[in-house]
Amino acid sequence: MARLRLLAAGGALAALIWAAGCSQQRAEWALTDLSGHLPDLQFKLKSASDPDLMAEDFRGKITLVFFGYAHCPDVCPMTMARLGQALHALGDAAQGVRILFISVDPKRDTPEVLRGYARAFSPEAVGATGTPEEIETLARRYRVAYQALPPDANGNYEVMHSKAVYVFDGAGRARLMISDTDSVAAIDHDLKALLAEAKP
Amino acid sequence: MSAAGLHRRHFFCAILAGWFALGLMLAAGAAEPAGGIEVRDGWVRWLPVGLPAAGYLTLVNHGDEDRFVTGASSADYAQVHLHESFTTPDGDARMRPVSRLRVPAHGEVALAPGSYHLMLIDPKREIGVGGTATIALRFADGTELEVKLPVKAPAKNG
Repeated sequence: MARLRLLAAGGALAALIWAAGCSQQRAEWALTDLSGHLPDLQFKLKSASDPDLMAEDFRGKITLVFFGYAHCPDVCPMTMARLGQALHALGDAAQGVRILFISVDPKRDTPEVLRGYARAFSPEAVGATGTPEEIETLARRYRVAYQALPPDANGNYEVMHSKAVYVFDGAGRARLMISDTDSVAAIDHDLKALLAEAKP
Repeated sequence: MSAAGLHRRHFFCAILAGWFALGLMLAAGAAEPAGGIEVRDGWVRWLPVGLPAAGYLTLVNHGDEDRFVTGASSADYAQVHLHESFTTPDGDARMRPVSRLRVPAHGEVALAPGSYHLMLIDPKREIGVGGTATIALRFADGTELEVKLPVKAPAKNG
């Protein structure tokens, strides 16, 4: 019986995704279409220049949201570099896009550290964090997993984190997901399409 | 030549050989230098405010036997760890320490973004983009290889 319910639920979800796909006029996304699958962009965080950084501050901009941590030497910089390259390739149009790096390691990543970190990748990148409770609520809202692991003998610790980057449009709606296999060209292709949508 | 002369000559050669060996050891940080290993595509991704950086390079083994990297150190960083990034079945990013990295005979191994890398913690001096970081790789046979890696801007990926 439980199995049947699960099957029914799975079927309903598949139908929903299919219907969502059909209702989309333009299905030629290079990235993963997220429309209707995640809540709108909403948060209250801290950046070095704004102690009350709100989702509303990003309205009118396409926002690429990535949950990571600045003491991550390999995967986070690799992802941030790809996003930075995609924005760089857009030229002046990049001003319509923001990269929002949200640290899930508020213990080490102060807003000051995050400002320097984000800017190293793109002038359009913002680094932010919040209280552990704020981060937890936000991560749950976007179904993002993260966990600080036990420190080593030197006190260094690793933070497990989600690799996905979510793309929100100018109205704050979740639209696309960038995974680590997506190329800079694919990211650029879809950012251009989203920017074109925003034009009257 | 007299017997005494021959002895003097042996003595002189031994001193010379000793100095030569000592010079080699000093040059390589007191360990015997690792031969037969070539380094390609080395670089360090610079990060601001002294954040941990990553070092990348490809090791090519021209020898007939497998070689194993068992550790690394640097006069430029307080700590150097050999790590591997991996993705969990749920798609999350993790790292694990690597205690023995195989460089196959007549083969190569790449330390590259998203995979094996040198985690460089606490720079001991100002290391900026355009500079060079010097790292010593330790091999299982007790030899050491000093590599000089150019430091690049973080927005590059290789």
